Amino acid sequence: MAWDKERAAGIIETYQHLDGPALPVLRALQLEFGHVPDEAVAQVAEALNLSRAEVHGVVTFYHDFRRTPGGRTDLKICRAEACQAMGADALADEARRRLGIDWHGTTKDGEVTLEPMFCLGLCSVAPAAQVGDRLIARADWPKLEEALLKCRR
Amino acid sequence: MPSMTRIYVPADSAALALGADDVAIAVAAEAKRLGVAVEIVRNGSRGMHWLEPLVEVQTASGRIGYGPVTVSDVAGLFAAGWLEGGVHALGIGDPAQHPFLARQTRWTFSRCGIIDPVSWQDYTAHGGGQGLARARALGAKATLEAITASGLRGRGGAGFPAGIKWRTVHDAPGDVKYVVCNADEGDSGTFADRMVMEGDPFALLEGMVICALAVGARKGFIYIRSEYPRAIAVLEHALVVARANGLFEDCAIELRIGAGSYVCGEETALLESLEGKRGQVRAKPPLPAHHGLFGKPTVVNNVLTLATVPEILVRGAEAYAALGTGRSRGTLPFQLAGNIKHGGLFEAPFGLTLGEIVDDIGGGTATGRPVRAVQVGGPLGAYFPRAFFDTPLDYEAFAARDGLVGHGGVVVFDESVDMARQARFAMEFCAAESCGKCTPCRVGSVRGMEVIDKILAGRDVDANLALLDDLCSTLRLGSLCALGGFVPYPVLSAVRHFPQDFRRP
Repeated sequence: MAWDKERAAGIIETYQHLDGPALPVLRALQLEFGHVPDEAVAQVAEALNLSRAEVHGVVTFYHDFRRTPGGRTDLKICRAEACQAMGADALADEARRRLGIDWHGTTKDGEVTLEPMFCLGLCSVAPAAQVGDRLIARADWPKLEEALLKCRR
Repeated sequence: MPSMTRIYVPADSAALALGADDVAIAVAAEAKRLGVAVEIVRNGSRGMHWLEPLVEVQTASGRIGYGPVTVSDVAGLFAAGWLEGGVHALGIGDPAQHPFLARQTRWTFSRCGIIDPVSWQDYTAHGGGQGLARARALGAKATLEAITASGLRGRGGAGFPAGIKWRTVHDAPGDVKYVVCNADEGDSGTFADRMVMEGDPFALLEGMVICALAVGARKGFIYIRSEYPRAIAVLEHALVVARANGLFEDCAIELRIGAGSYVCGEETALLESLEGKRGQVRAKPPLPAHHGLFGKPTVVNNVLTLATVPEILVRGAEAYAALGTGRSRGTLPFQLAGNIKHGGLFEAPFGLTLGEIVDDIGGGTATGRPVRAVQVGGPLGAYFPRAFFDTPLDYEAFAARDGLVGHGGVVVFDESVDMARQARFAMEFCAAESCGKCTPCRVGSVRGMEVIDKILAGRDVDANLALLDDLCSTLRLGSLCALGGFVPYPVLSAVRHFPQDFRRP
């Protein structure tokens, strides 16, 4: 969704009363708009009585916050040790090759963004991946492709 | 009206990731088609993940399990009469009698996989709430004494005695104190926190309230990682139900969600993050127990630590302390992960050897090839070779072999693993997740990657191995927290136990 200052103001207001509101506010903005643009940094800073530098620092520290929009669906592949033990590296290589993108990249049609992640807690049924909201255990490329197709529909 | 049969289809993340939602839908549809009345309960997982989705039917003679169930099995299961416990190739009988479960000593996980996680009625019918009642009857002082006497140590990895931490916060001056649950379970190979939160969330909430009463806090926070969407959803639901049932009369509990930073599992970085800042580590002292969240005395405990508290008060501190070995008292819910045949959650008193865990309980590798290395304790844990399989799972025994128990994750690798690559990954991970506050971790991890790259390329291998050793000393001694301080464990254990991988032809 495109940035909308009024909508953002409403979101900020919802969480402003919390103790230490910055993360809940930024998370809600990320969920709503799919990214946290520069306009958000200025707006959040003003609303929470923080400096822009402080908010910028927070946004850039955490992997979940994106500065620019990603694709329609996130494909996250676990890169941690338990998944490595079950072939996660090869799976990631295949996904990158098939999608024609590297980590953090988005396919040309704007459908899929590929993100590395470190642990979904599915280490006993590795390798693990997530397509949109869907968790995938013992992941292989056909499973990922099928899940991506379902998101496309 | 025909009687309703209860069917349990787990909604634990591992089961969901193996198609449990589709199975639940197929069960409901087939029951409807056959005109039989079933009630589907979405329970947590029993912890036998190779059998997931493990569907259980409540029959007249107890629960009968079937697994792993796929959508295409459902019609056949009904045809085999599974509602009456009928024989089917997927049947495992009473799950509680399965050798994997029968061998366990469950305290923290006594209800997980058995109850409906968000049913207060189910919870109290299975002993939930009794720990808090006991704490109220005992009062703060006696509760603190009980937790101390139980020998419970922080299950997040550091193993600090919970009773001492609680007492410090109790004794700290000030009216405002906090209880913070560290649910930022970021170690690869661990999922015990996730399973508790998804399978028995009230146990965690009850443990937090008991802690709050004992230390004099009126506010609690759960800091959970964003990578656990199912656990977040279950906890949100559980908070509403618990509130409606009066659990939070003395202490309000709020759920906070992280934003994808591993280092926020370190307690001081977590507190910074809760305050809305970059997740940068604080120098200690002051300890969080004196100067924690918003500068107030704060207990920071892991999910498992807090979720075990009610059970300790119910069954008695002495009974808990009677389990275990050496200074590691009670039970450890350890997690079998990676290349393992029987992966899942196994709770047992401390003291089982690594070999028993991997070979006997875990059944060796999933690929059927020989085990080459086992990493215990997450990405900062040491890699142990088979020669170390006699090491008992016990904080001190692991430390004596330059390893760590950590949060109890056991990640198994078969003979195809390249240990030099694993060592490089440890440095790469540290570089990616370093909070940047201290130089050894921020710069040392990047230099570590570069040095290992040179070794991998066969350049001045002896000199670079010596340099790596030196660099690891700097990281170990000079880092502010365990991220930089412990990354030498995987790196140096790989070098020491698998030297041939670092000398490429």
